[in-house]
Amino acid sequence: MMNEKISDLIKESFGEQAVLSTDFSGLQGIIVVQTNLIADICLLLRNHPTCYFDYLSCLSGVDLGLEKNQFAVVYHLSSITLGYQIVLKVIIDHPRDTPQLPIVPTVSQVWRTADWHEREAYDLLGIYFEGHPDLRRILCPDDWEGYALRKDYVAAESYGGLKINGEVKTNE
Amino acid sequence: MNNLKTDLSKLKNEEMILNMGPQHPSMHGVLRLELVTDGETVKECIPHIGYLHRCFEKHAEALNYQQIIPFVDRMDYISSMNNDHVFVMGVEKMLGIDQSIPKRVEYIRVLVCELNRIASHLIAIGTYGMDIGAVTPFFFCFKEREHILNLLEWASGARLLYNYIWIGGLFYDLPVGFEQRCSEFLTQFKPKMRELDELLTNNSIFISRTQNIGVLPLDVAINYGCSGPMLRGSGINYDLRRIDGYSVYPELDFEIPIGEGKMGTTGDCWDRFDVRVREISESIKIAEQCIERLTKELKRSPEFDPRAKLPKKLIPKAQEFYCRGEMPKGELGYYFIADGKSDKPFRCKARAASFSNLSVLPELAKGAMIADLIAILGSIDIVLGEVDR
Repeated sequence: MMNEKISDLIKESFGEQAVLSTDFSGLQGIIVVQTNLIADICLLLRNHPTCYFDYLSCLSGVDLGLEKNQFAVVYHLSSITLGYQIVLKVIIDHPRDTPQLPIVPTVSQVWRTADWHEREAYDLLGIYFEGHPDLRRILCPDDWEGYALRKDYVAAESYGGLKINGEVKTNE
Repeated sequence: MNNLKTDLSKLKNEEMILNMGPQHPSMHGVLRLELVTDGETVKECIPHIGYLHRCFEKHAEALNYQQIIPFVDRMDYISSMNNDHVFVMGVEKMLGIDQSIPKRVEYIRVLVCELNRIASHLIAIGTYGMDIGAVTPFFFCFKEREHILNLLEWASGARLLYNYIWIGGLFYDLPVGFEQRCSEFLTQFKPKMRELDELLTNNSIFISRTQNIGVLPLDVAINYGCSGPMLRGSGINYDLRRIDGYSVYPELDFEIPIGEGKMGTTGDCWDRFDVRVREISESIKIAEQCIERLTKELKRSPEFDPRAKLPKKLIPKAQEFYCRGEMPKGELGYYFIADGKSDKPFRCKARAASFSNLSVLPELAKGAMIADLIAILGSIDIVLGEVDR
């Protein structure tokens, strides 16, 4: 019930084409929305009295695989006031040979939780969050090459002059 | 490589950069704080994390669900049981077997989780006292924690990283005599908590070090995604054990302590500390109820096999699911994507409680004294294994 209401609310405010698809058959309702509208949709859902999604539980970047050539960012919203959860999702087409990173607008001005979570997604998946106040690597060192959680990531052979996974010596 | 975020050329005359950590006992692990100070006042605080990064999520993509559990143990390594419990719950929900888990298994899970919660809070309280300069409570807490670790070692074979809760069941049933020894421990532990209250919670030096320090208003706490004692210390009755009512928590009777601003402002360091102390008593209550059921209607029997419901084929159908649960630090969540073909998750993201709790530190540190920053950081109660994953 609530799932449809939220999806209708987005459609009412931003037009039919804002919601690309919905899936309410699983354990949690998923709404896939247009990438460029995500920040506005999040702000609406946070402030609107029918949902009040005041809490961002989790923000995850996903590499959807080499065949699909797509990236996704998944937002798990939860409402403390009304005790309800919903999943928002944006999907970005991104062929592997494109030099630029996939771009998604930031939601860190809506929930500050997103600040560090977006930095993590940038660090591990190379998703660029447009408008983020401080987009630096957070878990890996600043001069790390590549994005570890991408499906086509090849582990570095050395870092800072030190060999990673050097020969294993056995005790004889 | 530049290790500082601050632009040194833009620094004012009276300002100075101070590096705290990564190797310092009061940083609770390997956390580095870059401070811009003016005299003794912190003007800006920039946390640098990642020193303990092991890329749990990449490992998880290469292992099957059962094999991930030991990795999950190593995230928040002082409350491994709680980590396991949430993870296992998520996988069971995806497999659709969460309703068929035997009651005895569920009660044992809750019992060991609550024991582990007490152990985790004891560390938080003990090391917090030590951060502020009270050394004695640290030993008091560690002595009691040792009893809990012995109990859990008896059940699982490991002191810290248990791998005890399995998908669909348990590693083993509780050893014979565990319930009795556990209730003996709880009986002798209760007066010790009053002793600790006299020693630390109501100690006037401790109070004056923590009251009105690091006040976290509720709206800021929610906006930064704080959870657990951090959020409840700011005065909201929000505990996922009650909200989601997972496992057998709806059948158990317990209160949810919240910060009331008894010593000053709601949401100060003392409130967060007090919430943890009172949560220990609630966990004792839960553990006692579990033991009562485990010795009466859910008594051990020779036929009971905790591994009976272990799924033979561990392949969830294609779906995605975010499972959350309350652990001692706050909301722990796992986001799974299963592709329906393999027994390995396509993506497994961990939402760690300490990660979001720590992100509010720059906000709290602004304008605080350097000595108070230690008090603030201690009251957040972070575990770097979980922050860095």
